[in-house]
Amino acid sequence: MVQRVVTVGSASGLHARPARLFVKAAAAEPVAVTLTVAGKRPAKAASMLGVLALGALQGTEVTLTAEDGTGGKAAVDRLAALLATDLDAVDDAAVEALLTEAVAPDA
Amino acid sequence: MPDLLRGVGVGVGIVIAPLVRMGRPPALPAPQRVDDRDAEAERARQALAAVSADMSARSRQASDTTAATILDALSMIAADPELTDQVDDLIDDRTGAPHALHQAFEGYRDMLTEAGGLMAERASDLADIRDRAIAVALGLPMPGVPDPGYPFVLAADDLSPADTTGIDTSRVLALVTEGGGPTSHTAIVARALGLPCIVACAGVMGVTDGAIVAVDAEAGVVEAGIDADREAELRTRAALLEDQLSAAGGPGRTRDGHPVALLRNIGSAADLDGAGDELEGVGLFRTELLFLDRADPPTFDDQRLMYAAVLRAAGGRKVVVRTLDAGADKPLPFLAMPSEPNPALGVRGLRLGRRHPEVVIEQLAALAAAAAEVDRAQVWVMAPMVATPDEAAWFAARARAEGLDTVGAMIEVPAAALRAREVLAEVDFLSIGTNDLAQYTFAADRMEGALADLLNPWQPALLDLIARCAAAGREVTKPVGVCGEAAADPALAPVLAGLGVTSLSMSARAVPAVARALAQRTLAECEQLAAAVLAAGSPEAARALATVTAPASRHDGSEAAAPASGQARG
Repeated sequence: MVQRVVTVGSASGLHARPARLFVKAAAAEPVAVTLTVAGKRPAKAASMLGVLALGALQGTEVTLTAEDGTGGKAAVDRLAALLATDLDAVDDAAVEALLTEAVAPDA
Repeated sequence: MPDLLRGVGVGVGIVIAPLVRMGRPPALPAPQRVDDRDAEAERARQALAAVSADMSARSRQASDTTAATILDALSMIAADPELTDQVDDLIDDRTGAPHALHQAFEGYRDMLTEAGGLMAERASDLADIRDRAIAVALGLPMPGVPDPGYPFVLAADDLSPADTTGIDTSRVLALVTEGGGPTSHTAIVARALGLPCIVACAGVMGVTDGAIVAVDAEAGVVEAGIDADREAELRTRAALLEDQLSAAGGPGRTRDGHPVALLRNIGSAADLDGAGDELEGVGLFRTELLFLDRADPPTFDDQRLMYAAVLRAAGGRKVVVRTLDAGADKPLPFLAMPSEPNPALGVRGLRLGRRHPEVVIEQLAALAAAAAEVDRAQVWVMAPMVATPDEAAWFAARARAEGLDTVGAMIEVPAAALRAREVLAEVDFLSIGTNDLAQYTFAADRMEGALADLLNPWQPALLDLIARCAAAGREVTKPVGVCGEAAADPALAPVLAGLGVTSLSMSARAVPAVARALAQRTLAECEQLAAAVLAAGSPEAARALATVTAPASRHDGSEAAAPASGQARG
């Protein structure tokens, strides 16, 4: 099992644009990643509803977990980096670029 | 025989097209025990996939990036793997697809509502996706504005703000609703979009989807069950009306040439993009855009540049600039405005000058500087929410001290309308903001849909106040204009002209229909109509006078219409 703890960087929390971006990136990963926030039901990183229901705000600690093995660590690292970025502060073009990068990690 | 459905018309225009009804939120059927588990799960999965695909397609078509992003997020929600798992689990317990979808969505709705704040706002989106998915699972059309793939007349019980944001005017040609009234949300949106519309039209939801109907907004009539001959006849009429409307540009005039300037409401120079030579000027330039949603005040130069851009775009024509209209309802973060129990009655509009005169004075100075740098600039400046002649005098003195010569007061407070003559002694012109004037005259919140009847611009008490202001203007030959919803109503235009109003300010789309309405009567006819309307006992009676006696089919244009419709010429 690989685990990393990061704090949410986006000003509006894990909501709207940041959530959409993050979930899209997670859905493109080859492995399932789970998010845990204290006091909430764990959520699949690829689930928009699960991620929204975490109610994570800027500064909230989130634990990312994946199975060891093929791509698990790389996926957790990539998603952790995305979570820690303030996605509200980057403009639309940069968000789409980040998204393309995250969705096509091999490119 | 064609079926005639009558309602209250909004705007002008005849549209002949297939009618498509907006789906209603589906009712859940009685729960049924599931026998074929796999088929039921497939039914739920396909419903969610259809909704997701629909949202995704709408997202790709959306012109606005914010809307596209939201629609894409909704598409992702409909395809959510956790949601699908839960629906599967519920169906494993032999719950039918519609109920399984309902329960799964309700669980998430509760979670989001609990998370509060921004997350809670998404809860209503979930209800919308849920209703769509359930409708598909039941084999019903999806609720929300339909897209049949061809241009159509949209029929609905009523339209909410969420529905109207989804209206694509290249597809939706006219709106007809069973509910609503002339000032309801649907009517306001129809005016803003320039769509012919009929509200309070009983029976329209009984028309079959795809049936060809003719919507005549001016007459307030929907005609269904028309044959080919009747359709050809109506198309001729529609084309004729279209010609009249496109010829109705140019300066606003009554039939005998009495000028009533048709001005534009704008928020920035961009709103004048595409304005041609027929632009008569700007009757309301709202300056809030530069001030809202920012942590620091705009600098003097920020302001100067924005005002100069508008003056340049107006190309030497009159621009009536309204100074900042902010208050606890539209707070400015950099002024740390305290919240108020009753913002509509609080420190807003010109009253801001009591606490922060420097903001008003700097705005006037920036405007004067902009006027000085633009060739042939014609700047009129006015203050919002003036209540007394003293307030008008305070503002006029500040504006004139900055070198702005044409100064006015907005009439939104009944106190100012009652003392219009005294207010006008202090300033050069008046501009009546009918939306706020109605709100304060009837003590009826503009945002409260249940009170829409009180906010009807045809209310005799409101027209009395407008008449009083216009009369005060006539006495001293100073201009009195109207901006707000009332100015965009073609049926009301001759009444306002007859009362002595000298200009009407509206959105660009409203101009042709208002110009045409004015051109149908002489000033004397407008005055007679105005007197009759003031004597009417109710808004309905007042409006009926103006529509019943509208000489639309009697004057110019009837020559071509008469043979087709078989009517005698008037």
